Amino acid sequence: MLNPQPVPSYLIQSEAVRTRFERLKARETILEVRHLGKRFATPQGECTVLNDISFKTHRREFVCVIGPSGCGKSTLIRILAGLEWPTSGQVLLDGEPVDGPGADRGMVFQGYTLFPWLTVKKNVMFGLKMNGLSRGQAEREALQWLDLVGLSKFADVYPHQLSGGMKQRVAIARALANRPRILLMDEPFGALDAQTRAKMQAYLLDIWRNIDITIVFITHDLDEAILLADRILVLKANPGEVEELIEVPVPRPREASQITSFEFRATKARLEALIHPPTGGDDGDAVRPQIVRMTDVTDDVE
Amino acid sequence: MSMTADRRTDWFAVRRELSVRHKWMLGIGSFVLPIILWCLASYVPFVWHPQMLITNPGSVDYFQVGMRVDKGTFQDELADARAKHAALPMGVPANPVYLPAPHEVLHACYTAFATPPASRDGAWLHQSIWHSIQVIFWGFVISSAIGVPLGIVGGTFSAVARLQEPFLEFFRYLPAPAFGALMVAILGIYDAPKIAIIVIGTFFQQVLIVANTTRKLDYALFEAAMTLGTNKLRLLTHVAIPGILPDLYRDQRILLGWAWTYLIVAELIGTTSGITWYITQQARYEHFDNVYAAIMMIGVIGLGTDIVLAFVGRKLFPWDRALKA
Repeated sequence: MLNPQPVPSYLIQSEAVRTRFERLKARETILEVRHLGKRFATPQGECTVLNDISFKTHRREFVCVIGPSGCGKSTLIRILAGLEWPTSGQVLLDGEPVDGPGADRGMVFQGYTLFPWLTVKKNVMFGLKMNGLSRGQAEREALQWLDLVGLSKFADVYPHQLSGGMKQRVAIARALANRPRILLMDEPFGALDAQTRAKMQAYLLDIWRNIDITIVFITHDLDEAILLADRILVLKANPGEVEELIEVPVPRPREASQITSFEFRATKARLEALIHPPTGGDDGDAVRPQIVRMTDVTDDVE
Repeated sequence: MSMTADRRTDWFAVRRELSVRHKWMLGIGSFVLPIILWCLASYVPFVWHPQMLITNPGSVDYFQVGMRVDKGTFQDELADARAKHAALPMGVPANPVYLPAPHEVLHACYTAFATPPASRDGAWLHQSIWHSIQVIFWGFVISSAIGVPLGIVGGTFSAVARLQEPFLEFFRYLPAPAFGALMVAILGIYDAPKIAIIVIGTFFQQVLIVANTTRKLDYALFEAAMTLGTNKLRLLTHVAIPGILPDLYRDQRILLGWAWTYLIVAELIGTTSGITWYITQQARYEHFDNVYAAIMMIGVIGLGTDIVLAFVGRKLFPWDRALKA
């Protein structure tokens, strides 16, 4: 019997990809978000930032959260980190409800929040010392992590002497040194230039490949999301709701050259349709303003 | 970002960074200009000089050598003496006794230290200055010992701030010298009430300023520490305090200058002592050159301390690029 409706192109998965996803789903659930909602009162009435968000993340999965601006991505990740509280719903980490920030959920922020009064090594040691390790042990572990991110030469340097990419690597090392169950990243590469961002993406995939860590990554860059993620959680704005949870069909290991592959383009088309739907007759941009020609008629640039 | 200068130096280019030479030129000029004005007023006879210094009393019976009279009075007596064909009084234009010439003040700076105290159990000038420094030191230390911790805790935990700040804001407006008599009644007449006045004058500003500085610390640093598993107490000791240290140091320097300004008023409470005693003594005998010398010494000690502390501060906090002077 013929299938009356064709499978959308972004859902076609090759054999390798399908087995990989089966393996992923066989792992235990690390993070479960149940009917999460966040409302707060504004002078204009009540504003619903997040509405009925539910999803599950498995161990060692790489999830990207993507959506238009103002859809509550940052609020979601801050609730997962415990820095904000939801008005309804629950977040369960390994089955236990989340109650405030803690070392089991590491976080990397967009604005490199390294402690400026500590050297790079002491920054990485911070979490370890807070959780009871002795100074010598903390120092040894910190140096190992710095070696992993390739910054062991900069151990005794202050953060203000580092470039943006290096600062983020230190931030990642600092968060990972604590051995969290899950690493939350709030647009960590947003402030970096394109080349550094590409390098950092490769670094991050390398770290994720070799360490037992689950990553929830927020971004607004579609290419970045498809390059990095196993699954992409697409949110929509006003109020923030789950639009779709897409399994990325692009095979691993991922590299920049896959940007022209069929799966990549299909996924990207789907994401663009979800996030930037073509607006018909919107009153805002209905009539594109025509600029009056102010240069000489013969002086053309195109 | 520094603007490159034109061939002709543009002194009024907005926010321009000065070259080292210009910085030194203008910095020295800042002191030299008032001194030049002072010299003009002291040494050029037709600038001000509203009085006449009598060098020869002539026939006027109430004139004495070294006395100062108004020019008007002198002219009257001169005209009188001329009319009577008596010996004419003579004098040179002079400034009033309360504006000595720069060289007189300079001389006084030296002689003040070399002159033994007027009364047998009085103090030498350097002893007076040392006494004043000690009073300031203890006042500031006691104020900081209570004020800085309260400020840091208030800046970190909003409930604490809301509990203490309304009262402190009110108390800030009560003038410290008004507590003089009260402090004498409680603490006696020697050094204790002076130290108390300095504490009262400094403490309330200190708590509010330190709390404000603590509040300016980037909240993201606290969030980062929380996601690394830091408990509330450690947020205070391992994030708030190290984070604000450069700004706290700068605040303390400014507050030390503030405490200095309470010195004179504090030393008048109870028995006058220290450099204030010296100043009031000399003013009573109209030795204003000594008064100027003493006031300038206070200024030099205060400014000198500030410069040394600024230098030390630059070395102590290598990570703080904003710490300039």
